[in-house]
Amino acid sequence: MSTSRLGAAPKPASADDDGFKRELVQLIPHLRAFARTLTGDPTAADDLAQDAMMKAWDARASYQMGTNMKAWTFMILRNQFYSEKRRSWRQSQLDQEAAERTLVAVDDPEAPVALDELRQALKTLPEEQREALILVGAGGFAYEEAAEICGCAVGTVKSRVSRARRALAATLEKGGYGRDGKAAGDAMRSILGEADRLAGARS
Amino acid sequence: MINSSDSSRRNDVENAGEAGLEEARLRQQAIGVKLRHMFDEVVNEPVPDEFLEILKRADAKASGGGA
Repeated sequence: MSTSRLGAAPKPASADDDGFKRELVQLIPHLRAFARTLTGDPTAADDLAQDAMMKAWDARASYQMGTNMKAWTFMILRNQFYSEKRRSWRQSQLDQEAAERTLVAVDDPEAPVALDELRQALKTLPEEQREALILVGAGGFAYEEAAEICGCAVGTVKSRVSRARRALAATLEKGGYGRDGKAAGDAMRSILGEADRLAGARS
Repeated sequence: MINSSDSSRRNDVENAGEAGLEEARLRQQAIGVKLRHMFDEVVNEPVPDEFLEILKRADAKASGGGA
């Protein structure tokens, strides 16, 4: 698998390291995406993803090749996120600042309106519901994997995901996140329209 | 949405329930598509060079300065 150009060099771990590194590099885009949904802020997200990447690299000896590296790295990233959060006594203030920055950051004329609305609606969800929904609904993880990543029971993940889905639909329906005076139901309509367009483009 | 006047109440509730379920299903499907799209948008962004540089440095250190 690895191109062992070093032959009999006295580095028993290096072939494994190569494979590990290759896999890790492929996961970077996914770690960035997960971090973005947790922090809601692109800059903080990349810091978090880099920390998680380095933590994974440092812990590579404890990773078993062939097991689910994506779930493993997501778990590291999530733990990192929450331990930083616990450490920071200023966090509520930071959250506020991040939320404000993100509001500006997503204010991109090219961005489809519906996506912006979904992002805002996601922010109204409790954190544990949001992460469960993202892992299962966007990250492509099975409930069992998401449970492992979040360190909770499978049933807990299932109920969080279903509560998150209901709450999201209700929020989008009501426009309950108070976006520039749009009529109720507009967010959901634009999401439905966007989804049709995307589904059409995909098939 | 649900008309709860006496005799027709049950049918209304059932119909509204069915239509509601179908509508809810469509909505959830749409939200699912958007959610994946939102996530994939970031996945498809080019990875900032910083990531690979940090990893490269760590790797060089691990294999004894990359000699």
